[in-house]
Amino acid sequence: MDVGQLQTRFVDYRKSMFCEGLLDSQFIQLQQLQDESNPDFVVEVVSLFFEDSEKLLNELSKTLGQQTIDFKKVDAHVHQLKGSSSSIGAQRVKNACIAFRNYCEEENIEGCLRCVQQAKQEYFLVKGKLETLFRLEQQIVVAGGVIPMVE
Amino acid sequence: MVMASDSQFHVLAVDDSIIDRKLIERLLKTSSFQVTAVDSGSKALEFLGFNEDQQRNTDQRSVSPNNHHEVEVNLIITDYCMPGMTGYDLLKKIKESSSLKNIPVVIMSSENVPSRINRCLEEGAEEFFLKPVRLSDVNKLKPHMMKAKFKDHEKPAKQEEEASETPEVQQSQPPQPQSNNNKRKAMDEGLSSDRTRPRYSGLTVVSN
Repeated sequence: MDVGQLQTRFVDYRKSMFCEGLLDSQFIQLQQLQDESNPDFVVEVVSLFFEDSEKLLNELSKTLGQQTIDFKKVDAHVHQLKGSSSSIGAQRVKNACIAFRNYCEEENIEGCLRCVQQAKQEYFLVKGKLETLFRLEQQIVVAGGVIPMVE
Repeated sequence: MVMASDSQFHVLAVDDSIIDRKLIERLLKTSSFQVTAVDSGSKALEFLGFNEDQQRNTDQRSVSPNNHHEVEVNLIITDYCMPGMTGYDLLKKIKESSSLKNIPVVIMSSENVPSRINRCLEEGAEEFFLKPVRLSDVNKLKPHMMKAKFKDHEKPAKQEEEASETPEVQQSQPPQPQSNNNKRKAMDEGLSSDRTRPRYSGLTVVSN
């Protein structure tokens, strides 16, 4: 594939992530903060998000597995996950967290268990796709091309 | 003694989220501010050299002589929801401190709760930003830092301040289109704690 084809593939893939609601405009904000002096900014922030989220999701599963569920603790974790997903533009993860918090408030165990599954699903989905996106981006760089900006 | 040069303002950012700290740091550096980021209110106070018994340094903006290097902080931007000391608690402590009260404070929150916003503004916060914070929010910071600097130097710079973009608290005025949109916007856009803001019409985003 030549650079042009790699770029097209990258742009299309990124566009699809937006169309599917996996990413929102906050992700664009992140990309705009990246420049020659901070060429890895997006990957760095997203990597932090991956680390943080996996920790939180594990904690959530653990907390929800207890005999007596500490809903305040669950809510605190979900709040954190909602915040970080919102900060990087992971829209569907964020939305899953919004629903999750409602169930926490109601202390609805079944609702919460469903939500943690949903949140995990959305998280792994966006994680996989972001990793692919970054790989496609790298291919352009390696081929000596420029990464197309959004719009 | 390290003094912030006139060309670079120094912002202290406080947020318990590592992701948000990285983000705010980048936003601030992009705007040519010097940044120190800490993960809690207590660390912020420690950095500021906060001393509860401090009454003497009324004419100094900077830290008590207990700090081996005097650090000048021109603005503090803090998250609201933090374990232990909240952003509001931190704001209060700063405004109650004779040496720190003149440092402008900005609060950030992921939740749009009008009563919370009002409380912070009443306690002396200059601005309240909804997260995720954007470059357009950070662009509102400089006037507050300029104002504080002029106030301390007792320069009659009022006319200069008025000429610059964002006037301060305008709770008694009707919402103006350009200026200070953030505070009123945050309150006017309803009481729902999770609002989404469609921002880019050019890009197709499946809205929720």
